[in-house]
Amino acid sequence: MQTHIQIRDLNVHYGSNQALKNISLEIPRQQITVIMGPSGCGKTTMLKSLNRFLELSDDTHIQGYVLIDGQDIYAPGVDVTEIRKKAGLLAQRPFPLPMSIYDNVAYGLRIHEMQKGRDLQAAVQHYLEIAGLWDEVKDRLHSPANSLSIGQQQRLCLARGLAVEPEILLGDEPTSALDPISAQNIEQRLLDLKQEYTIVMVTHILRQARRLADYVIFMYLGEVVEHGPADEVFENPRQPRTQAYLSGQF
Amino acid sequence: MKKSHIEEGILKILMLLSFGLVAGSLGFILLTVLIKGLPALNLAMLTQTPKGGYYLGKEGGILNAIIGSLYLAGGATLLALLLGLPMALYLETYVGRARWGSLVRLSLDVLWGIPSIVYGAFGFTLMLALGMRASLLGGILVLALLELPIMTRAMDEVIRMMPADLEQASLALGATRLETALRVVTRQMLPGILTAVLLAFGRGIGDAASVLFTAGYTDRIPTSLLQPTASLPLAVFFQLSTPFPEVQQRAYAAALVLTAMILCVSLGSRWLSARMKRYTIK
Repeated sequence: MQTHIQIRDLNVHYGSNQALKNISLEIPRQQITVIMGPSGCGKTTMLKSLNRFLELSDDTHIQGYVLIDGQDIYAPGVDVTEIRKKAGLLAQRPFPLPMSIYDNVAYGLRIHEMQKGRDLQAAVQHYLEIAGLWDEVKDRLHSPANSLSIGQQQRLCLARGLAVEPEILLGDEPTSALDPISAQNIEQRLLDLKQEYTIVMVTHILRQARRLADYVIFMYLGEVVEHGPADEVFENPRQPRTQAYLSGQF
Repeated sequence: MKKSHIEEGILKILMLLSFGLVAGSLGFILLTVLIKGLPALNLAMLTQTPKGGYYLGKEGGILNAIIGSLYLAGGATLLALLLGLPMALYLETYVGRARWGSLVRLSLDVLWGIPSIVYGAFGFTLMLALGMRASLLGGILVLALLELPIMTRAMDEVIRMMPADLEQASLALGATRLETALRVVTRQMLPGILTAVLLAFGRGIGDAASVLFTAGYTDRIPTSLLQPTASLPLAVFFQLSTPFPEVQQRAYAAALVLTAMILCVSLGSRWLSARMKRYTIK
C-alpha cells in the first residue's frame, strides 16, 4: 500500500466545540477509502479538511498537518486553489453551475486555462464519457444543466470535477440524494475510477461501505476508532465500538 | 362550519380586498392619465422641442424632457451599477454576515429612506461649493446617489438568496472567490440583478425633486454633460402649474409618456429575466 494522503495530529474546532480529536492516519493511493460512522462523528469535517473547505466556515480552528504527496496543504504560501484542483469534491447534493451542460464541464478547464492548445469540445466529450453521461446528453449539450435529472446532475458534477484533472476525489455521501439506480451508477463509476484516482468518501450506509471500500476509517465522536484494510475492519474489528456499529447497534 | 374554515374564508376575503385595492389604484391611475393625456398626445409632442409660446398653449413638444429623462436615468443607472454591483458582491463574498457588513447594510437602508428632495438639496449645496451650474452631469450624479442604495440593497438581497453550495461547487474546482463571483454568482443572479437595475432606473426616471436644483430645466436637448437638461417629471410639474387648460392637458400627456416608458421597461425586464432564468439553479 502506497500512501497518498497523510494526516498528522489533526485537531479541528468549530468555536469551542472540538469536531476532530488528534487524528493521525494514512490514506492509500488509488484505492477507495471509506470514512464511516454515525452522524455527527466528524466524517464530513475530516473529508473537508482534505481540500481546505473547512476554512470556508467562520470560527474554524485547524491544528496539525495534512500532507498530500508529502506536501503540507496548510503550510503558509500554499495556493489553496491548487489544493482544490488536486482534490475534487463530489457533494451530497449535485449543484450544477448556472450554465449549459457543456459549459459546466468546460468551466474548470477555462478557469485554469487548461484549454490552450487543446480541443475543448473533445475534452468535454471525454469527461462526459468517463462520467457515463455522454450518450444521454450529446444531443443537448447546450441545454441548461438544471434540465437534467438529479442522477444525471450528479454525474455531470463528476465530469466537471474530473475535467480539472485531480488526483484525489472526495465524496461527501455522493449518492444520498439519488434514487437507487442513479446511486448504483455513481458507485460503478467510482469503482472504475479508482484505477487512476485516490478516492475518499464519506457514507453512513454500511452496505455501501462494504461494496466499495478497500480501506476503512471508522469514526465516533470526533475520534478515529479504527482504521485499516476493509477486509480486516469488516471481518475482524478489533475495537468494541466498531463491532457494535457493524452489528447495527447504533 | 368549522372555525378554521371561517378563518380561512375571512382571510381569503381580506386578500381579495387588498388585491382589489392595489389593482384598482393602478387601474385608476392609468385610466386618469390615459383619459386626460391621450387627447393632447400627438406626434409633435413626442418629436419636437418646445417652440416659442409653448407654455401658453402654442406648438411644440416635450422631446427635450423625454431625451433629458433618458440621459439622466440612463447615466445615473449606469453609474449606480458600476458602484453598486461590486459593493453587493463584496458584501456577500467577503464580508458576509459580519458586523462590518451589517453596518454597511444599515447605512444603505438609511440612505434608501432619505427623501429625494434632501438628495437634491445636498447635491445643490455641493455643486454651489464646487462652482458647478445645474447640468446633466449634476443631475446624473445626484440621481446615481439616489439609485445606489436601492440598487445595492436589492442586489444584496438577491445575492443573499444564492445557495451557498453553488459557490462551493465552484470553489471546489479550484476557482478563486473572484472567479466564482464573476462567473457563477453573477450568472446565477443575473435575472435578479436585472430586476434591481430596472427598479433603480424606474425610481430614477420618475424622480422630480432630486433633479429640480441639480439638472435645471431647459427647452433644448443637452449636447454636453455640462449643459442643463429637462426631465419628464419636471415637465409634468411645470405644465400642470400653469393656469392654461391646454398646457395642463399636456402635463397629463407627459405623464402618460413617462408611465408608458416605465411600463415598457418593467415588462421588458420581466421578459428578459424570465428568459435568463432558464439557466439558474434553484
